[in-house]
Amino acid sequence: MTIATLSPTAPSQVTPSKAALFEARAVKAGARRNRLLSLPALVIIGIFGVLPLIIICVYSFLVAAPYGGVQWQFSTDAYLNFLFQRDIFDDTLQFTPDFLIIYLRSFLFAVVTTVICLLLGFPTAYFMATRPPAQRNWWVLLITIPFWSNLLVRTLAIMFIIRDEGLINDALLALGVIDKPITMLYTNFAIQLGLLYAFLPFMVLPLYSSLEKLDFRLIEAACDLYATRRQVLWRVIIPLSKPGIIAGCLLVFIPALGAYVTPLILGGGVHLMIGDLIAQQFGSGRNWPLGCAQALILMAAVLVALFFYVRNTSGKVQHG
Amino acid sequence: MADARTMDIKDQPGFRTIAVICLLVLYVPVLILMIFSLNSGSLVTHWEGVTLNWYGSALLNEEFHSAAKNTLIISVTATIVSTICATLAAIGMTRVKPWRGLAAAFMVINLPLMVPEIITAVATLSFFALIAGTFGLNFGIGNLILAHTVFCIPFAYMPVRARLEDMDLTLEYAAADLYATPWNAFRRITLPLLVPGVMSGAALAFIVSFDDFTITQLVAGPGQTTLPLYIWNQIRRPMTPEINAISTILLMVSILFVSISFLIARRRAK
Repeated sequence: MTIATLSPTAPSQVTPSKAALFEARAVKAGARRNRLLSLPALVIIGIFGVLPLIIICVYSFLVAAPYGGVQWQFSTDAYLNFLFQRDIFDDTLQFTPDFLIIYLRSFLFAVVTTVICLLLGFPTAYFMATRPPAQRNWWVLLITIPFWSNLLVRTLAIMFIIRDEGLINDALLALGVIDKPITMLYTNFAIQLGLLYAFLPFMVLPLYSSLEKLDFRLIEAACDLYATRRQVLWRVIIPLSKPGIIAGCLLVFIPALGAYVTPLILGGGVHLMIGDLIAQQFGSGRNWPLGCAQALILMAAVLVALFFYVRNTSGKVQHG
Repeated sequence: MADARTMDIKDQPGFRTIAVICLLVLYVPVLILMIFSLNSGSLVTHWEGVTLNWYGSALLNEEFHSAAKNTLIISVTATIVSTICATLAAIGMTRVKPWRGLAAAFMVINLPLMVPEIITAVATLSFFALIAGTFGLNFGIGNLILAHTVFCIPFAYMPVRARLEDMDLTLEYAAADLYATPWNAFRRITLPLLVPGVMSGAALAFIVSFDDFTITQLVAGPGQTTLPLYIWNQIRRPMTPEINAISTILLMVSILFVSISFLIARRRAK
């Protein structure tokens, strides 16, 4: 009803007239909590965030202009081009899986990244959550710094290490293990390494915030009931941190699937992921409708992932 | 009291090792990058001795100056605008009587976090191309400021919202009870309590704007080079440790602002 009645701290044992007065004042105080206050933010995101998404939906059904941009003429070619290529001679559609392969490759990269990040991130987050509070803060800060650090610079750091003249090759050459540098940069390995490096903190932090709230008395209880450490881990800790695991996986999977900087620098334009493919259509490819269609297909994949997340977490709430 | 025995029970074999490996993996490459910014040789990876010359040549570079100026104009403006909008929105949307469309509004605010950056980038590019083509409108560097403001809003919004959720509402009622006008109650009670959340949000908004590469690269017009774009242009030329020096400066800015945001948040938790 009013803010005062919503608040558990509002006094309920006062005389009716006083209560009414109190409520009236609280409502007055709450009047500035006006929904109109959210308008500036909603308008800015609406015009410069939502509207552009609608525009690319429209653009994906138009025809590419020869020098970039679009011509206002309806066409489903962008979506057809995703899977088929029109033969120049007899105008038939031929199945060309090039784009599909890039999507599947990106999906595979994202899955491998998520799995390895989880395998490394879960023990790390658990270790952090079991430290004494003072130490815990340091660990969180140490993981938070790379989380917010410049991704371009961090990717560059990886590039310096795995280059032909990089530290790893230098060290191996100096030790006489190899005669000529191992090519690591501009390979699938480089992209995979870069993705892991980029998104590891994205896994650790949500896992940590979930594990931090874990009721450790349950572990004691399990031990009292003669559970081994391994059983405690698999049957108590992991099931209880499921929301954190799902959140962490999503926070890694979605940006990894749409990664742009990592494959751009470490793939060298040879090994593409979806992100580079989309950007290419707006650059040298000069096929904006195709780029828009590719972006929307990526968006659909992200929405599917988010849908799983919402279904899983809302199910959790219902079970209490 | 947590005695030694319970600490022991909680431990899992090997987890400490993995945690240490994670830290090493996260920090060693960046530390190497930083160390080589001090390399007196002109190669990025062969160590020859210690010097600060590369910082000197980076800081004297005209291109670096204009990139730094652009970056600051964009990030500072985007930070101020997004922090104000996000704070107002958080006040209008947190612990209020639920209004129609509240859930939808919450989704809109968080939308920039859910859409992959590359999609936002090409969508924003298409949008500005369309209004430039149809209405002849071009805001110049304003295009970048607007694009940055959009994705800064959710980052500035979250800490303010968290702060409001933790806030003791009875203080506001007390103020109202003592005949404070709604504006006075807000200015003297609510706003001072919100300040740490607002500052923490502003620090995060500044970092994400300062570091942005993907959206900036696609939306930026000629002459709108920011520091991350400047680094990207340098990568494609023969590299000298100057690029390490500039990268180190960028990392230091991130570290500074993350630490500020973190310390403010930690003080709140105490």
